Amino acid sequence: MPETEEAVRTAAGLDRDYVRDVFRAMLRARLLENKLSSLYKAGKIVGGVYLGKGQEAVSASLGTSLIKGRDIFAALIRDQAGRTAFGEPLIDCTRTYLGSVLGPMKGRDGNIHRGRPLDGMPAMISHLGAAVSVVGGMLIARRIRGELAGVVGATCVGDGATSTGAFHEGLNMAAVEKLPMVVIVGNNQFAYSTPTDRQFACEDLLDRAKGYGVGGHSVDGTDVLACAKVIGDAVQLAREGAGPQMVVARLLRLSGHGEHDDGSYVPPVLKSGHLGRDCIETGSNQLVESGYATAEEIERWRSDFTDEVQAAVAQAQQEPLPDPWHEEWHACATQTGRL
Amino acid sequence: MARLRHANGKTLTMSVTYVDAIRDAQEKLLREDPRVFLYGQDISQFGGAFKATKGLAEAFPGRVLDSPISEDAMIGMAVGAAIEGMRPIVEMQFADFSSIAFNQIVNQAATHYYRTGVPVPLTVRLPSGGTPGSGPFHSQSMEALYAHYPGLVVVTPATVSDAYHMLLDSVALDDPVIYCEHKFLYRWLKAPRINGDGLPIGKARITRPGKHATVVAYSAMVHEAVRAADRLKEEGGWEIEVVDLRSVKPLDMDTVLASVARTGRLLALGEAFPWGGVTAEVVSRVCTDGFHLLDAPPRRLNSRDTPVPYHPKLWAAHRPTPESICLELRKLLTF
Ligand SMILES: Cc1ncc(C[n+]2csc(CCOP(=O)(O)OP(=O)(O)O)c2C)c(N)n1
Repeated sequence: MPETEEAVRTAAGLDRDYVRDVFRAMLRARLLENKLSSLYKAGKIVGGVYLGKGQEAVSASLGTSLIKGRDIFAALIRDQAGRTAFGEPLIDCTRTYLGSVLGPMKGRDGNIHRGRPLDGMPAMISHLGAAVSVVGGMLIARRIRGELAGVVGATCVGDGATSTGAFHEGLNMAAVEKLPMVVIVGNNQFAYSTPTDRQFACEDLLDRAKGYGVGGHSVDGTDVLACAKVIGDAVQLAREGAGPQMVVARLLRLSGHGEHDDGSYVPPVLKSGHLGRDCIETGSNQLVESGYATAEEIERWRSDFTDEVQAAVAQAQQEPLPDPWHEEWHACATQTGRL
Repeated sequence: MARLRHANGKTLTMSVTYVDAIRDAQEKLLREDPRVFLYGQDISQFGGAFKATKGLAEAFPGRVLDSPISEDAMIGMAVGAAIEGMRPIVEMQFADFSSIAFNQIVNQAATHYYRTGVPVPLTVRLPSGGTPGSGPFHSQSMEALYAHYPGLVVVTPATVSDAYHMLLDSVALDDPVIYCEHKFLYRWLKAPRINGDGLPIGKARITRPGKHATVVAYSAMVHEAVRAADRLKEEGGWEIEVVDLRSVKPLDMDTVLASVARTGRLLALGEAFPWGGVTAEVVSRVCTDGFHLLDAPPRRLNSRDTPVPYHPKLWAAHRPTPESICLELRKLLTF
């Protein structure tokens, strides 16, 4: 995929509904995350809050390109937009953050560590890189059953996670098995506070794709149309049997690592530079300029999603919290009574 | 499972080895359950480092797959496949290398059911324990490490029939099972046939009844305990009861406590390192729930607290032997 960003931007053929869906998922996620942030600051959330601000274009492009009910998406730390695009109901998020026992994790796990594995959304564990091989296994299972045709499995990692053994093992395994996998690397310049030059010494993370025999693509993560195009194409390539694809997106995290972190280690020059652009702003401009949506439409979406977020928070807030007396305390599915 | 082969025109009844039992169980599983597949290094055409998958790749094309040397990804893969409804069996070439997969085992596989309500039925075969000359990195016993984590089942078959039935049972369980097979037993242990009377996982067996002391053992140490018991019988008419735990998690304390009630004396025996572990767990539980049954302070015997040595002479003195077991038992019997 040698396209320059300019070529990508001007490339026609981005489906109108697709672009609109990408942006709508971005906006919905941003509004939800703004709310999560204020709930955190008001002390209403158990544990930490981890946001994907600035990474929505990448994440939503992936989530929108995947087919619900067929594909697999192992969302990671900054993937609220991708989760939303892939069909995760907002209430799954608010319930998990607020500890509602009705949430998918029932209060047993929190924040971003949620999923619905039977709906193609494995629940992440903290250990970075560990999801890559899990997606591989889900794909191998489908292959053995003869159900792999037209299926894609995808996951996201950060620049920091590319340093883990699990990432290397998982990507290599996917390449060996020629799995229809898409791995998105959100290179947001920092892993928590550690800059990329303390994380890896290769010139470009894209070199890794080549090293594994994996298709490599690079994209400006602040450019919504470019993300929609490049990531959409990578998913399509994987779907058509071209083997694993890796997309490296250059961007900047627009919040701290979590809401407990003010991100003061990020140099101002980076924030004010190209990478510091907010993809929600560039996206709404791009959509209006290219005729994908009108400013009025975007305003209406904003207002609808604000109401939706409000409702999801209000609902989760009045739901029961887990009760240790009614907790089953079973770590095994097999109940011999004495495990 | 006894095999008939022709040699020099005569029909010979061959016995089944422990590793044959493991192979045969996998063959049966592959034949009868389309959800089962095998994944591991060199297990396909080559048949596995110990030949536990010999011939299976040919018989079940596409279901016996060679993996890259990627223990972390092997277990991650199996978790993903299990979520999708498969029943993967992963062969670690040696138990020792499962340390690379530790994260996926204890954090991914073990927590999954509790966190999501979705079971993860996978089986990890760990060729465990020492053999002469295997050295520090091909001899370790990891059962206590995995048993420590909620959400895992850890089994340690000591007999040919258990090796067979417990592998079938492990794959049938909806939970991740760490199946610790002992390398020393692979070809050394033989049986005329596989018995059909498999006990369920979670049930211990009285391998040898006795009345003067109980040895609680598992895996290869069951056989060393029986040898020690034979010696003490000859030596002084002592009748030592040997309990084979079979699975260390679940731990069948009913059988252990009933045995201690009969004998009043306990030696917990294991090949793993002495710090903590299964033997400590057994002693602790007997002290808590059966203190009144004891006529002597319970004892435990493990390997020495060093890495497993390479030279056969050192190795033989590193793990418990009939001699060292007898020594412990004499202390127990004369208390
Ligand atoms: C294996 C592992 N080590 C350490 C951590 C703690 N940790 C959580 S997030 C993080 C930084 C991750 O950086 P990166 O992968 O670049 O993703 P980003 O947060 O920038 O999106 C660290 C060190 C972890 N979760 N997993």
